[in-house]
Amino acid sequence: MHKESAIREPLILGHKTYGDITSDVCKPIEDKAPKMWYILFGIALVIGLYGVGCIFYLLGTGIGVWGLNKTIGWAWDITNFVWWVGIGHAGTLISAVLLLFRQKWRMAINRSAEAMTIFAVFMAGMFPLIHMGRLWVGYWTLPLPNQFGSLWVNFNSPLLWDVFAISTYLSVSVVFWYIGLIPDFATLRDRVKRPIPKKMYSILSFGWSGRAKNWNRFELVSLVLAGLATPLVFSVHSIVSFDFATSVIPGWHTTIFPPYFVAGAVFSGFAMVQTLMLVMRKAMRLEAYIHTRHVEYMNIVIMVTGSIVGTAYITELFISWYSGVEYEAYAFINRFSGPYWWAYWSMMTCNVISPQLMWFKPLRRSLLFTFIISIVVNIGMWFERYVIIVSSIHRDYLPSSWSMHYPSHIDLGVYVGTIGLFFVFFLLFARFFPVLPIAELKTILKSSGESYKNAPDTHHHSDESHNNNNQH
Amino acid sequence: MADKVIYAMYDDDDVLKDGAKKLVSKGVKVSEVFSPFPIHGIDPIIGVKNTRLGIMAFMYAITGTLLATIGMRYFMIVDWPMNVGGKPNNSYLQNILAFIPITFEFTVLCAAHGMALTYFLRNKTLPGLPAQNPDPRTTDDKFVMELRLSENSSFTEEELTALLQTTGYVELDQKVLN
Repeated sequence: MHKESAIREPLILGHKTYGDITSDVCKPIEDKAPKMWYILFGIALVIGLYGVGCIFYLLGTGIGVWGLNKTIGWAWDITNFVWWVGIGHAGTLISAVLLLFRQKWRMAINRSAEAMTIFAVFMAGMFPLIHMGRLWVGYWTLPLPNQFGSLWVNFNSPLLWDVFAISTYLSVSVVFWYIGLIPDFATLRDRVKRPIPKKMYSILSFGWSGRAKNWNRFELVSLVLAGLATPLVFSVHSIVSFDFATSVIPGWHTTIFPPYFVAGAVFSGFAMVQTLMLVMRKAMRLEAYIHTRHVEYMNIVIMVTGSIVGTAYITELFISWYSGVEYEAYAFINRFSGPYWWAYWSMMTCNVISPQLMWFKPLRRSLLFTFIISIVVNIGMWFERYVIIVSSIHRDYLPSSWSMHYPSHIDLGVYVGTIGLFFVFFLLFARFFPVLPIAELKTILKSSGESYKNAPDTHHHSDESHNNNNQH
Repeated sequence: MADKVIYAMYDDDDVLKDGAKKLVSKGVKVSEVFSPFPIHGIDPIIGVKNTRLGIMAFMYAITGTLLATIGMRYFMIVDWPMNVGGKPNNSYLQNILAFIPITFEFTVLCAAHGMALTYFLRNKTLPGLPAQNPDPRTTDDKFVMELRLSENSSFTEEELTALLQTTGYVELDQKVLN
C-alpha cells in the first residue's frame, strides 16, 4: 500500500471507518431537509423563475429589450456567458487534472465541483442560445442538410468552434460525473428504506454490483476520461477566447488571450468551489472530509492562477504601448482612465491584489477570509469580462459612434436569474445526490485517514507479513 | 445445472486480499469479488484480466477524427467552397488550421461517449437493470468473495469451507444458483 508521511496533514479527520464514510455522506440525503434548505431553495427558485420570465419576455419581444446599441452589440450576454463557462472550468479541472496528478485531496471536492461545472455550463449555454433572439432556430448552428442551397455553417468561425467546444464539454462532463456517481447511487440504493427513493436510486445506479472487473473498468474509464477531459478543459476556454482574439478589434486582437482566459477560468472556478464548499461542509456536517487543508490547497491554486491573470493584465498593458499601434494603445488607456475606469480598477483590485493576500498562511487557512475572497474574486472575474468586452468596443474608430452601455432591467433579470437557477440546481444536487465520492474516499482512508496513518500499524492483521511496515 | 455458491464476507479489503492470495495458492478458483470500492491489487490475484476499454477509446477517437475531417472537407471544400476576399477554399490541407479545433473537439466527443457506452454495455449497467451484489452491505463497508463449486470441482464443499475458515471472514453464506 502507498505510504504517506506522518507529518502530512490527514485528508480525512477523526476516527472514520468505511461504514462511517457511507453514513456521513448518506445521512443528509436520508434525513429530512433542514428548514434552511427550504428557505434557500425558495429564494433561489423565485429568483430563477424571475429570470425565466425575463427570458420569455426577451424571446417574445426581441433582443432590443437588452441595453445594446449599434456600437455595443455584445455586452452582458457574452460577459455572462464567459463568466459562467469560466466558473464551469473548475470541476473538470479538479477531477481530471488532479486525477492525472494523483492528488488525493481532490476527492473531497470533485463530486460537487463537477456538479457545479455542469450547472454553470447550462447557464453559460443559455446566453448564446437566447441571444439569437429566435431560440427555435438554434439548431441552425449545427451542420444539418438544408434547403438554403445547402448552405453549411461556417467551420472557419470561432463562434462555430464554440458550439462544438461547449457542447462537447458539457456532454463529456456529464458522462464523467455520472460514471463516478453510479457506484455511489448503488450505495444509496442498498441503504435507503423508503420504496420510492429506493426505486429511484435503483434506476440511477444502473444495476451496479461492484464486481472486481467492474472496478477494473471503472478505474480505466476514469483515467482515460480524465486524460481526454484535461486537454478539453484547456481547449474550451481557448476557443472561448478565440471569439475575441481572432477579431480585429483593438483590445481583443491579442495572442495572449487563450492562456490568459484559461488561467482566469480556473481562478474563478476555484473561487466558486470555495464559496459553495465552505457553506456545504458546514450545512451537511462534512468538516472531517473538507477541512482547512483542502481550503488551503484550493487557495494556493487561486493564488497561482490569480498571479497568472495579474501577469497577463500587465503584459497586455505593456504590449499595447510597446506595439506602437495607437489604436491598441488607446484601447488600453481608455480602459483604465476612460469612462469605464471604475470597472477596470475593480477588476484589478479583485483579481490582482486579493489573491496575493493568500501568500500569508494564516489568511489562506482562514475560512471566513477565504469565503470573502472567493466572492470578491468572482465579482472581479465578472468585471474582467465586462472590461474586455464593453470597454474595447464602446469607443471604436469613429468618434461619432462612441457610446456607453447601460444595462436594462432585462439584462439584470436574466443575469440574476441564471444565478438563481444555478443555485436551484445545486441545492437539488446537494439534497438528493451524494455530494462526496463515497467509493473513492474509501480508497484513501487507509493512506490518508487520520486514525490509520498515524496509528503504529495496529490495524494490520496478525497474519499479514509486515512487508510494508516502516516501523521495523 | 444447479450450481452452489459460497459467499465469504470480510470487513476489511486487506484481509480479503490476503485470504484470496492464500486460497489461490492452494488452487482454489475465486470466481468473483464484490467490493464497495476498487481493491488495488486484487485483479492479478483472482485472475481478472486488464480491461481493453482503452484500446476501444482510441478507436472511437480515430473514428471521430476521420468523421470530422471527412465532414468538414465536404462542407467547406467540396460542397460549398467559401470564398473570403477572392481566396476560395480549394484545398483542405491549406485551410486545415481553421479546422483543428473542431477536429479535436469531435475526437474527444466520440472517444468519451463511445467509451462510456461500451463501458455501460460491457458492465451490463444500464438504467433499470437489477443489482447483482449478493448482499446490500457490499456497497457500504463489506467485501464478499464468491466461490463457485462448479469451478472448484477438485474440492468438496467442506474442504472449501475449511480453507475459508483460515482467511478470517466475518460471515459465510451459501446459495444455489439455477
